Amino acid sequence: MKLPLSWLSDYTDISGVTPKEYDAKLTMSGSKVEEVYHLGEEISNVVVGRINEMTRHPNSDHMWICQIDVGEEVIQICTGAWNVHVGDLIPVAKHKSTLPGGIKITKGKLRGEASNGMLCSLKELQLDTHNVPYAVIKPAAILNDYCCLKGEKPSLPEELTAGYKIFGKTVAAKVLSVKTTGYSRYDLTVDFGAGETALSTDCSNIHEGDFIAVDTAALTVCTPDDLHAQAAEFPHCITDGILILDEDCKPGDDIKKVLGLDEWVADFEITSNRPDCLSVIGLARETAATFDRPFHVNAPVVKGVGDDINKYMSVEVKDPDLCPRYTARLVRNIKIEPSPAWMRERLHASGVRPINNIVDITNYVMLEYGQPMHAFDYSCLSDGKIVVRRARNGESIQTLDGVDHDLTDKMLAICDNDKPVAVAGVMGGANSEIEDDTRTVVFESACFHGATVRVTAKALGMRTEASGRFEKGLDPRMTLDAVNRACELVEQLGAGEVIDGIIDVDNSDPNPKRLPFEPDKMNGLLGLSLSDAEQQAYLEKLGFTVENGEVTVPSFRTDIARMCDLAEEVARMYGYDKIPTTLYAGEMVQGEYTPKQQAERAAALVCREAGFDESMTHSFISPKFYDMIGWAADDPRRISTTILNPLGEDFSIMRTTVLPSMLESLAHNHAHRNPTASLYELGTIYTPTVKNGKADPDVLPHEEKVLTLGSYGRLSFFQLKGVIEALCRELNIKGVQFVPEKNNPSYHPGRCASILAGGERIGVFGTVHPTVADRYGLSGEVLAAELRMDALFAAIDSVKLYHPLPKFPASTRDIAVLVDDAVPAASMQASIEKAAGTILESVKLFDVYKGKGIPEGKKSVAYSLSLRAPDRTLTDEECDKAMKDALAALEKDFGAALRS
Amino acid sequence: MKEKLQGILQAAREQLAAAADARALDEARVKFLGKKGELTALLKGMKDVAAEERPVVGQMINDVRAEIETIIDKQKAVIAEAALAHKLEAETIDVTLPGEEVVIGKEHPLNIVLDELKEIFIGLGFSIAEGPEVELDHYNFEALNIPKDHPARDTQDTFYISDNVVLRTQTSGMQVRVMEQKKPPIRIIAPGRVYRSDAVDATHSPLFHQIEGLVVDKGIRMSDLKGILELFAKKLYGEDTVVRFRPHHFPFTEPSAEMDIQCYRCHGAGCPLCKGEGWIEILGCGMVHPKVLETSGIDPEEYSGYAFGIGLERTVMGRFKIDDIRLFYENDVRFLHQF
Repeated sequence: MKLPLSWLSDYTDISGVTPKEYDAKLTMSGSKVEEVYHLGEEISNVVVGRINEMTRHPNSDHMWICQIDVGEEVIQICTGAWNVHVGDLIPVAKHKSTLPGGIKITKGKLRGEASNGMLCSLKELQLDTHNVPYAVIKPAAILNDYCCLKGEKPSLPEELTAGYKIFGKTVAAKVLSVKTTGYSRYDLTVDFGAGETALSTDCSNIHEGDFIAVDTAALTVCTPDDLHAQAAEFPHCITDGILILDEDCKPGDDIKKVLGLDEWVADFEITSNRPDCLSVIGLARETAATFDRPFHVNAPVVKGVGDDINKYMSVEVKDPDLCPRYTARLVRNIKIEPSPAWMRERLHASGVRPINNIVDITNYVMLEYGQPMHAFDYSCLSDGKIVVRRARNGESIQTLDGVDHDLTDKMLAICDNDKPVAVAGVMGGANSEIEDDTRTVVFESACFHGATVRVTAKALGMRTEASGRFEKGLDPRMTLDAVNRACELVEQLGAGEVIDGIIDVDNSDPNPKRLPFEPDKMNGLLGLSLSDAEQQAYLEKLGFTVENGEVTVPSFRTDIARMCDLAEEVARMYGYDKIPTTLYAGEMVQGEYTPKQQAERAAALVCREAGFDESMTHSFISPKFYDMIGWAADDPRRISTTILNPLGEDFSIMRTTVLPSMLESLAHNHAHRNPTASLYELGTIYTPTVKNGKADPDVLPHEEKVLTLGSYGRLSFFQLKGVIEALCRELNIKGVQFVPEKNNPSYHPGRCASILAGGERIGVFGTVHPTVADRYGLSGEVLAAELRMDALFAAIDSVKLYHPLPKFPASTRDIAVLVDDAVPAASMQASIEKAAGTILESVKLFDVYKGKGIPEGKKSVAYSLSLRAPDRTLTDEECDKAMKDALAALEKDFGAALRS
Repeated sequence: MKEKLQGILQAAREQLAAAADARALDEARVKFLGKKGELTALLKGMKDVAAEERPVVGQMINDVRAEIETIIDKQKAVIAEAALAHKLEAETIDVTLPGEEVVIGKEHPLNIVLDELKEIFIGLGFSIAEGPEVELDHYNFEALNIPKDHPARDTQDTFYISDNVVLRTQTSGMQVRVMEQKKPPIRIIAPGRVYRSDAVDATHSPLFHQIEGLVVDKGIRMSDLKGILELFAKKLYGEDTVVRFRPHHFPFTEPSAEMDIQCYRCHGAGCPLCKGEGWIEILGCGMVHPKVLETSGIDPEEYSGYAFGIGLERTVMGRFKIDDIRLFYENDVRFLHQF
């Protein structure tokens, strides 16, 4: 909401308050000011000038040298614009001036002639003819500007002569004199071969010596259009030109004051609960309360011209639940014209484009009161009837923006006897639009059901200023004042005659909301100790009344429903910054991580200690990611929670695996030539409940964290395995086993293992399948691991007990055997552990050898066994027996042969 | 005899001092003290000495022997020292050569700051709650006093899974989940991912992190909210941090506020970092709305509470002066290694 600060003076007084102070105070009292800026802040040293003298530039066929009175002096400026004449008042950007867009003007020479500034057009002041409607430039076709288009025959001769016949009765005429007779009115004397002739025109680009085209039948000056010319044929005869001022001003005046740009504007961020502050009156009330200044709103006064609205029209509200109040007035003998400058300037400063008096009045009242208004052309209402009802399925309407919409019975429509003429609270219909020939206007000021307007606007894809306001829930008490204010402005602007009588269909609850006044509770909630009187005073400043232990809520405060709402009002008027800071001294509560959170932190720490950096990736992925990691088309893990309105396919489903995101991150690093990358992510996966082969969208998916590791360029398979073993050791996970996993499509079939703990699969790791790696543009060995945190956590043995340090020495014996290549080392170890008995303390593989001296298809595997008893030194016989048993087991289980 | 002994001693002194290594020293020792050594020879010649002189001569020989042994020990130490010095000299390396890299991984910058935040709040008696990211509309909106078609829903463009299931747009739903599971006193923070349908650019991500805070007990006041958040801000941003609380609106708190800290670059004067405002918005907060308490099964007449929500990305970007939010999710190790 953009508020021109000068507008506030209609209701309160902010004299002596600087814009910066205003910003700070209003922000702290609850109306957040995004910024305060000066409307003309980019314009400096631009003043009104009067053209005293004009001569043609000696070195240019299209420029003029002007002597311009700028108040204190007369300066020379060269211009290429043709619409200026001696005596015109124009904006002059003097030497060292600035214009919007960071443009700086300095003096210089134009084709050898001194030019001490620049004459300004509307565009250069960042305005247009909506702001200054009188400044429309109508160019005549100046024949000496004619340029023959490439490849065409010239339509005019090189040397023009007065009386040259162009076509029909249109002839070339030489301009003998030009006299300005009024704003954009000129008397000419011309010669078209039949002596001097007097002409009158509103074309502003004609000067003495020019050749123009004259329609001798109508005695009018021809425009390029009249000559059926293309724009390029008369390149300087354009609607763009210098702004000729028609204002009460004199040379030397600051142009910002003249054009209403000398204005401070505060841009507010109004929260959705305060639609009343989307209005000048609402903000004036907040302003007055904040600065403790008086506040007053005059009730609008409408004189009227007699007659009776009820003779001409009627309103029937068929769905009062969606339209608590509908108020209308009728204005006849409408004269559509531009609004006066003060209204245009206020609208412009508020960011609203001035259109014409009637449209401007509806916008002005919306800004002032916060009440959206609509104006219908009465003649377009069949039978003078307005029916407010739910639209019928199949009904349609073309709105003011020219778009056709199909309506449904969920939408509220304003209809006449047989058709919709507006979408309630959203936009009017093209069929009842105000046109230049509109004679009688119906002003609608109504209150519509917020949620319905919101749904309708959304469904039709047209959020308008009006719908944005209605959807927040407006005050039904406001409609009457607003419509009267519109009529008051009609009379003030002389825009039409207001017919007596008001149609007001009011189904709203006229009773104000009342709440108990509970100052102690409010103090308790805020941590303050304000007196009852102080609290009452704060509330009353904002329009509440407090009487007999009861607070009456003003109707415009639709957001106030309970004690805490009132407490906020008191707090912000008292000042949030003045509320003390206390530390609650209630029951002591211990802050801590849960065991699961501790386990996650421990796991992450191990990953970092092992040289893995933490990564984070998006939780939503593309379904194509599953193809990338090689999952079969019918893999059930592809069934994913699906987003109905994703940003795109790449973000469309909730992942059931972190692996593709991890590989994506590795690929990013690889593509950016990072020689190695090792990453871990404690990422969430989302496993849906499956219904009829699809993810059930109404049941929340199971969310669990998966510790996912990925690495290239640094580690070997067994180094990664070492990391996983270290992780299990650190988390105190017992009974970890690794079992070959040959059919995991994401991994190398010969280099992938399931990770088991207590027989339960807690994860998988291995070398990424080369085909998969290739899809990500990754070369070399890429490693990955996926560990389900829930399973990992379940496998943690939380009991840690001390084992006494050994008192007796251990015996270390080695054994080396030949076995078939395919025998897994882990099985051999298990076999040894089982056979060697209780004195086996540990067994460690220390060599695997294939090659020279070993038969084809065999390998040599060597173990070192540590043997120990807690209560004695072992004898050689005991040790020998254990070794013999171990060997026997290996022979029996794997056909192993002792290597000598 | 005496002269003889003095001669031996003198010769021993000279020869032992000249022994440059352990072997030379041992040879010299053998020469004087060995079985066939000069001193031993003298001892053997004792039988030729007069009986009455024997004790004196014996004593003299022993004195010389002891003297020589002392000299040997000293020379031993000298030789060892020299050998060590030589060894150390030989072992000298270029200590300015680079160390061998020990690879230790880095925590993600978002988690570095989140961990700090967690530690601060755990120190203040908070625990950490977690909840689902794919969330029921009920928890994300309805129970937070944001019914269907409430305009506040527009400011949080929502990803929908179905009519009743959304990707949570805020961690505030955790307030309700926690209150349903636990009776006061409640002191939790709930960090997590949230989702909004914003197209990706340097400052917008469809996925980001929030940290929700909730305290519910008897007699909780707005001044307590100010107290804890000011404490938090000082711990995170430094003791001299200046904070301000500004009225705001959230459907699930009343009164509501936003907390700003005075811009740490310009100290309030206004600069590009704070967009000329002098203040940087840090979090939204307020007293838990009685409707939310009621919905969660807590009697608002008996209990009150406060809640706050912190945007993690913005906090981290401010801290490390990161200018592009997308960097967080690219996981380029050149980025990660900087923190």
